[in-house]
Amino acid sequence: MRFEAFHRLEERFFYALVGVGGLIVALGLLAAWHMEEHGHIVSGMNNQVVWGTPHIFAIFMIVAASGVLNVASIGSVFGKVPYKARAPLSGMLSLALLAGGLSVLMLDLGRPDRLIVAMTYFNFKSIFAWNVFLYTGLFAIVGVYLWTLMERRMNVYSKYAGFVAFIWRLALTTGTGSIFGFLVARQAYNSAVLAPAFIVMSFAWGLAAFIIVQSALFSWNNLTLHPDILRRMKNLLGIFVAGALYFVAVHHLTNLYFAKQIDFEHFILVSGGIYPLLFWGGYVVLGSVLPLLLLYHPRLGAQCSSVITASVLVILGAFALLYVLIIGGQAFPLEIFPGMEVRSSYLDGQIDHYVPSVPEIFLGLGGLGVAFLITTIGVRVLHFVPQDDFSQLQGAGNITD
Amino acid sequence: MSEHEQKTDTPSRRQFIGASIAGLATLALVPGFRLIEIGNARSPDQPASAAQRWGLLIDTDKCASGCTACVTACDVENGLVQTGRPRTDAQWIRKVELKDKSTGESHSLPLMCQHCAEPPCVDVCPTGASFKRADGIVLVDRHICIGCRYCMMACPYKARSFVHEVLTEQKAHAPRGKGCVESCTLCVHRVDEDRQPACAEACTAAGHDAILFGDLKDPNSEISKRLKSRNTTQLRADLKLNTGVRYQGI
Repeated sequence: MRFEAFHRLEERFFYALVGVGGLIVALGLLAAWHMEEHGHIVSGMNNQVVWGTPHIFAIFMIVAASGVLNVASIGSVFGKVPYKARAPLSGMLSLALLAGGLSVLMLDLGRPDRLIVAMTYFNFKSIFAWNVFLYTGLFAIVGVYLWTLMERRMNVYSKYAGFVAFIWRLALTTGTGSIFGFLVARQAYNSAVLAPAFIVMSFAWGLAAFIIVQSALFSWNNLTLHPDILRRMKNLLGIFVAGALYFVAVHHLTNLYFAKQIDFEHFILVSGGIYPLLFWGGYVVLGSVLPLLLLYHPRLGAQCSSVITASVLVILGAFALLYVLIIGGQAFPLEIFPGMEVRSSYLDGQIDHYVPSVPEIFLGLGGLGVAFLITTIGVRVLHFVPQDDFSQLQGAGNITD
Repeated sequence: MSEHEQKTDTPSRRQFIGASIAGLATLALVPGFRLIEIGNARSPDQPASAAQRWGLLIDTDKCASGCTACVTACDVENGLVQTGRPRTDAQWIRKVELKDKSTGESHSLPLMCQHCAEPPCVDVCPTGASFKRADGIVLVDRHICIGCRYCMMACPYKARSFVHEVLTEQKAHAPRGKGCVESCTLCVHRVDEDRQPACAEACTAAGHDAILFGDLKDPNSEISKRLKSRNTTQLRADLKLNTGVRYQGI
């Protein structure tokens, strides 16, 4: 469709998008109600795999919410001009993803009606309790940051607000990684490297999400992203993807070094069926190597479509990795009796064959729907579309012409 | 048989009277001792005391493979209904069959919440619903459990269950709730009445005596004496959780 024809129908398209988003959110809420009414028996979760598909969606969104804010940080904290124009969109996406992720996390609780308990009873030894403050704090800090970015009189404070947001989101992702890192009894987790690994993953996943949304916005408004800005962003994405791959490799290599973890690593990397398939095929090849090839290919790397494809692949890879980490990590049995063959009525010593259920998938998609809806309405009612000042960019040497 | 031998085998009248008096005195004194026990027992309005630490010693040599008396007793005592879906049913105690991979030696043992002195479930619980009483019993406060299941992720023993379904046949002394996490309470309602947990009682009734309940802090308790004189182990001792449940024979 030509842009002029699209422009005439633009408002209808907007309402159609809101309708689609609303429908996905409604399906998510329906799924949550179904699980609340009948109990988690209608999910694929059980007493061994206690965190299922909703956690994959929730953790992806929370980690990406932190990472997408990186775009703003590069502008405000590190003073890079091309990213300054992107700071408001970055902040808004962060809030949208955080809202989506927290909605899923909350609605997957056994007792979502007790949210007020979670907000009023705290055990500060628990990293989960810390995260309640880190998550709500990020809402507040990003809210203030957006205000300093979008209200001209407050612009002078944007650097300070950006700095606080930068530190806060690093702490938040450290907290999210530590949820797993502190699980001393589980072979899949129990590693301090998970905290920095989650931080680098957040950079990659957040930037990939940002590039996709930015491309959609530019296309919607018939704008073209300057090739030099595209090149900067895709190079940065490549570095983050490679960095995340490095941390994942370190995690598994250290596990392989510990003799007692060999069985688990063999399960995840070789013999575990869906898990090695998702790890190697999903995360390593489709989610990391292929995007890196697309991003750094001399010809393809310069095309907007390649960068978008790479970004989509990075996000699919993220889901594959989280599935392996969260589900695979629990499916492998706890080793309570080393050197023994174990069997019991509680399925000790057995690998759990978790299958995601429809309500779980809908609940997870509902969270994405929340993020999508907030983004769609947000960019419509406020000025979040990046406005590049080409003369300033040229002056700063960020673009060539 | 000679007359002399007959005389030595038959108790004299004096011995008979002596034994009878001793027996009657014991009978008369038992209720008195029982009264002292009851007097020493904690009344419901008194808080649990750190003077005790309740625990179990499980003798795997006495635990019979295939016997599930302890599991059945726990289910009956606490109103747990097994639906035939073991992946989602609540199992506060389970029988585990072990076979040494190198020697082929086999063991059978019950596994339940280990009532750790340093419980990971308590550390990770965001609301404080998982807690440890002063006397070492680890419990879940069902009023503030939000069902996040982080404690289940943290427990090294897979000792916790999530209530996946609508509940029926609940017991007043063991309130439960759909969407909450639960585990062995060491039959806290019985302990507070100075009785032993249902599993230990059932094991004795089944003639195995494999589960010994007692106060780990009382040097004169049977459990303390056995722990002093026998080689016992804690499961996942490498985690240094100081479990309240100990095993002998593995």
